[in-house]
Amino acid sequence: MTKKPTVGLFVTCLADLFRPTVGFAAAKLIQDAGCDLEVPMAQTCCGQPAYNSGDRADARALAMQAIEAFEEFDYVVAPSGSCAGMLKKHYPGLFKGDPTWEPRAIAFSAKVHELVSFLTDVMKVETVQSSFSGTVTYHDSCSGLRELGIKQQPRKLLKSIPGVKISEMKDSEVCCGFGGTFCVKYPDISNAIVEKKVATVDDTGADLLLAGDIGCLMNMAGKIRREGGRTEVRHVAEVLADMTDVPPIAGK
Amino acid sequence: MQITTPQFKENATRAIQDASLQKALKNVETGFIAKRLAATDALPEFDALRDNARDIKNHTLAHLDLYLEEYEKKVTASGGHVHFAETAEEARAIILDICRKRNAKSVTKGKSMITEEIGLNDFFEKNGIQPVETDLGEYIIQLRGETPSHIIAPAVHLNKDQIESDFRRVHTHLPAGRDLSEHEALLNEARQVLRKRYFEADVGVTGANFLIAETGSSVIVTNEGNGDLTQTLGKCHVVVASIEKVVPTLNDCAQILRLLARSATGQDMSVYTTFSTGPKRAEDPDGPEEYHVVLLDNGRTAMLGTEFQEMLRCIRGACMNHCPVYHAVGGHAYGAVYPGPMGAVLTPSLSGIEVGGNLPNASTFCGRCESVCPMRIPLPKMMRHWREREFEKHLQPTAARYGLKVWAFFAKRPKLYRAAVSVAMPLLSALGGSKRRIHSLPLAGGWTRHREMPAPEGKTFLQAWAERQATGAGR
Amino acid sequence: MSARDNILSKVRRSLGAAGDDPQRRATVKTRIADAAPGLIPARGQLPSEERVKLFCYYAEKYGATTARIASIEGLPGEVSRYLKSRNLPASVRMGSDPLLAAAHFESEPVLTVLTGASDGNDLAGVSHAQAGVAESGTLVLASGPDNPVTINFLPEHHIVAVKAEDIGGSLEEAFARVTATYGKGEMPRTVNFVTGPSRSGDIEQKIIMGAHGPRALHIVIVD
Repeated sequence: MTKKPTVGLFVTCLADLFRPTVGFAAAKLIQDAGCDLEVPMAQTCCGQPAYNSGDRADARALAMQAIEAFEEFDYVVAPSGSCAGMLKKHYPGLFKGDPTWEPRAIAFSAKVHELVSFLTDVMKVETVQSSFSGTVTYHDSCSGLRELGIKQQPRKLLKSIPGVKISEMKDSEVCCGFGGTFCVKYPDISNAIVEKKVATVDDTGADLLLAGDIGCLMNMAGKIRREGGRTEVRHVAEVLADMTDVPPIAGK
Repeated sequence: MQITTPQFKENATRAIQDASLQKALKNVETGFIAKRLAATDALPEFDALRDNARDIKNHTLAHLDLYLEEYEKKVTASGGHVHFAETAEEARAIILDICRKRNAKSVTKGKSMITEEIGLNDFFEKNGIQPVETDLGEYIIQLRGETPSHIIAPAVHLNKDQIESDFRRVHTHLPAGRDLSEHEALLNEARQVLRKRYFEADVGVTGANFLIAETGSSVIVTNEGNGDLTQTLGKCHVVVASIEKVVPTLNDCAQILRLLARSATGQDMSVYTTFSTGPKRAEDPDGPEEYHVVLLDNGRTAMLGTEFQEMLRCIRGACMNHCPVYHAVGGHAYGAVYPGPMGAVLTPSLSGIEVGGNLPNASTFCGRCESVCPMRIPLPKMMRHWREREFEKHLQPTAARYGLKVWAFFAKRPKLYRAAVSVAMPLLSALGGSKRRIHSLPLAGGWTRHREMPAPEGKTFLQAWAERQATGAGR
Repeated sequence: MSARDNILSKVRRSLGAAGDDPQRRATVKTRIADAAPGLIPARGQLPSEERVKLFCYYAEKYGATTARIASIEGLPGEVSRYLKSRNLPASVRMGSDPLLAAAHFESEPVLTVLTGASDGNDLAGVSHAQAGVAESGTLVLASGPDNPVTINFLPEHHIVAVKAEDIGGSLEEAFARVTATYGKGEMPRTVNFVTGPSRSGDIEQKIIMGAHGPRALHIVIVD
């Protein structure tokens, strides 16, 4: 009997702190796909806030911590295009020229996957079992789209759910204005950008807005609720794992 | 130009509230993006050409000194003059000297961002020479005393009504009752007014999209033909170009030309791509008697050999047309010569990170700019490098730096982190109540000014997962 | 040290390279001497008749009008026809180009032909393009007494004759022709690559023809 692949779940700081449901949904999906899942307790943050603020030293320290906690697994899976992008595309560069850590980072990065693309592209999942019913629209978070090529994969799995209807928004690939610390460093510009995004979401008439990144989702949900819009907001994993009993992000 | 980049945040807020500007910016968002996509979709080789173009420029930069020497030889052999200028001051002085020698009173100008960079128009005026912008967009903003808000479409921030009122205000020699309600009427009026100025000009100044070492040619790319009338009717043609504009051969230029118009405006080729080599020949019935090229450093040599060298590949293409920040605030808010993503990388190089710091910081790193850059410049990566330089120099706002340090302190100590968040998250969750969101939060004003803050679910995932593992509930 | 010396030595210092490095010098010399073409799009690589059709497709896409005549002798008639159809006076400006001379404009006495550079008072000008580029509908015009540059820009209407056999598929082919005519590394004062009539989008991004250059471009392809 072939051994099941082992997966270390990199839950991401935002999911860990704000939306554990996403962590449980990810765990279920990964296990249903036939993997042995573990959740290393020593994980905190991928280091992207430090990295994007120019603090390479702290970014390196957090990267070493993540690599040490996860490198034993066959795969490292994160329910976030932005964190997975950091781990996969940026970790090796942090250790350029370091004879010990560069090879370790490269080996580690090769194992990293964003959740949905892991299911479709690596585990060859074609369908998911979910009782969810409703019209959804999908926002293509920037890092997942441009660093990791995530576009068709979430749509493929959503379409496999009989109750789901997808209503595509105009400009789904345009940034939502979150950008990590950007949204608090330049709040007015961030707001101008998210206003446009929320208008395109509204135009779809969808019941539910989905995406693969909690930062984007919190940003868009916060705006929709402030403006009194009707669309609810969840992480795509919640729908795929049939875990939509909990209140949506920022409530109804 | 007066650099106001340190006031970028205030500029941006004002721009966002400017209804007229926002209406005009819609044209950028809708027009350029669709046109570029149509043009690039129609050319299957487009992405391969981007790779070639990047390689050509990288090769050229690695041998820039030698290509500059070859270029200079050919210009001189064709009867032209090459002048080197290390700084904007030197460049202005050289250009003024050329104009004085010709007793120039009026100088026509093709659209040239480098002349913006060196502040040439103001300098001319201070020295008794009248600069006349001939590119329609540049002409319009010249009438308003403004600077360009976009490197390809300088007047993109204006509406037709604003342009009509400027024309009426300035072209007082024309009948007051004339109808200027149509775009065509405005264009015809500008054409008429500027025709005269071309003939009157003593000197014509253009920039250069490319400088070709193989032939000693300067290349300009326009749709209006204004650059051509500027350089052909002016008795003396002065080209101003920064040193990284050099490419080795005509065939190398062809590779990059195929990317330029498609990226910027969605055209397969601009209407006029003009190769100029030396002054008119003895037998030519028209053309300038003198040809000068002013090669400018102004910070480019300082970028070579650094992590910013790749920025020197820029041909002024597509980035700002695709940037969500540019779409929100327009070009003037950047407060620098070059706006948009390319401006975010170039401005700290030209003006210093202390002055330009806002620009590389005001990015979400969405990466759309890089995805459309014809020369495959990794713009977000270089903006991040600027943030690293700022970090090293302790230039970031204290609150931000402190906040991130606290975060990193905890994140590097998982046990401490767990202890802290297991207290903080349930507290925050309680604040959110049954609505699951928080309307306002001290220290989070930047967020809650414009949006609700989603409340945490309560326990953290790792807490809940550990508990489930302990009780054996769930998998 | 001059600004020139300063700049060149700064470049060398930044690159960590020597100016007299024989390897680098050879690389540069070879690249310029070889002037190898890069990737040429398949689009224009067609048999001659299809190339001409493609050329017309793009030229028209960018606002030019096209016509085809069996021989150069048909040019004066085509020019007259064009002027009449646009309600223009029967007068054109042209240079001393041999192909245009071979058209024998004197056979069309109603047409006034002025020669030399344009002074801005011509409503129509006639030129002969050395080459055409099918991949983008572009004409290639070189300066000189044969085809003064001012004729390309000042008259409101520009009529350009180009031989069908001179319409190549790519920009590289056009450059090869220029090189063949003037010599390797040599160019006339001006070479204009023209694609359609003059236009501007500077007012609210609406495209209008006739910004500063001609408002109409009529291309006459000569078999």
